[in-house]
Amino acid sequence: MKTDDLIKALAADAKSVEPPIAQTVALAVGVGALVSTLLFLWALGIRGNFMDSIATSIRFIFKFVLTMSVIIPAFLLVRGLSRPDFQPGNNLWWLALAPLLLLAAILLELASVPADAWHARMMGHNAVPCMIIIPLLSLAPLAAIFYALRRGAPVDPTIAGAVGGLLSAGIGATLYASHCPDDSPLFLAAWYTIGFVLMTALGALIGSRFLRW
Amino acid sequence: MDRKARDAEWSKLMRAAIAGDEAAYRMLLADLSRLLRGVVRRGFAGVGVARDDVEDVVQEVLLAIHLKRHTWDPSMPLGPWVLAIARNKMIDDLRRRGRRPEVSIDLTQFDIEGEDQQASIDAHDVARVLNGLSQRNREIVQAISIDGHSARDVADRLGMTEVSVRVALHRSLKTLADTYQEKVQ
Repeated sequence: MKTDDLIKALAADAKSVEPPIAQTVALAVGVGALVSTLLFLWALGIRGNFMDSIATSIRFIFKFVLTMSVIIPAFLLVRGLSRPDFQPGNNLWWLALAPLLLLAAILLELASVPADAWHARMMGHNAVPCMIIIPLLSLAPLAAIFYALRRGAPVDPTIAGAVGGLLSAGIGATLYASHCPDDSPLFLAAWYTIGFVLMTALGALIGSRFLRW
Repeated sequence: MDRKARDAEWSKLMRAAIAGDEAAYRMLLADLSRLLRGVVRRGFAGVGVARDDVEDVVQEVLLAIHLKRHTWDPSMPLGPWVLAIARNKMIDDLRRRGRRPEVSIDLTQFDIEGEDQQASIDAHDVARVLNGLSQRNREIVQAISIDGHSARDVADRLGMTEVSVRVALHRSLKTLADTYQEKVQ
């Protein structure tokens, strides 16, 4: 086929255009989060003293500050990375915000809690469920994000997949945080991070295989 | 026309194309194919690969532009988006030929205005078969592309609805793009 002939065929197919990719990404993240939320409410539910904690516990509130500091930059990056001409450049540094916030919170916790209570705070009561449930609650968002990225055109599939995995873990962790009674930053650092690392690695792996176009 | 003016013109054509204007789209793709011939050849030469099948890659890039045009943000210039797609397809092509995927192709080395002499010589018939398509779909693609019929004419002739002709055409173009991806040499 001559290129001019191909062009005629492409032009005849002009009306087949999909919705803008930014819209698809936003919709996918919303649907993925919604599915996980329903699953969460059905299986676990928010903790009984949720409203009390919101009003009284700075540690409880910090859990959501932390997860949002992952979700917002990761969402904006995933949306960008779905376009081939997007250059993340220095914007990748926004992903350092959550680790920095966590580090600061750890230092404050160590300063305000006596040393003999550190270990108990870190171990909490739900270490194993936390490790398992955060990844499980991340799966629906992960699938939705990959659906959107497949429709996009990421030029670095591994990075796009990794940030997508991170975003899914942020959503899973936000839900789990509203259920889990352990609020210490020491607990978050020890156990939540496992879910984040796991989902980021999984996203990178799947991305490198399935996001080429 | 300078680079900026050209990009503004392209962006305008692409916006019209996304709104369904076939004539604008055709004009844009014809323009881009001339640019891409130079870009692809110089890109491969830049990493020390002399190629006699530049047109093959140009067509692959055009298909990718078509199937991914919803990833262009209309508030951004079109040129860098086109070049990013071209680069991705070239890296992909090198990878399929067993080159190390790290080979980097510097987009800044491409002169957007470079309308080169070689470009028209390269525009030969790509010996690609439409064999991956079913008989019916091949007929549809050929009628529209090579014979230049409209989707409506083809529909009338084959006793199909215009919508199903359009759907078949779209599916066929996707299949063509996939054929490239699977092509191992």
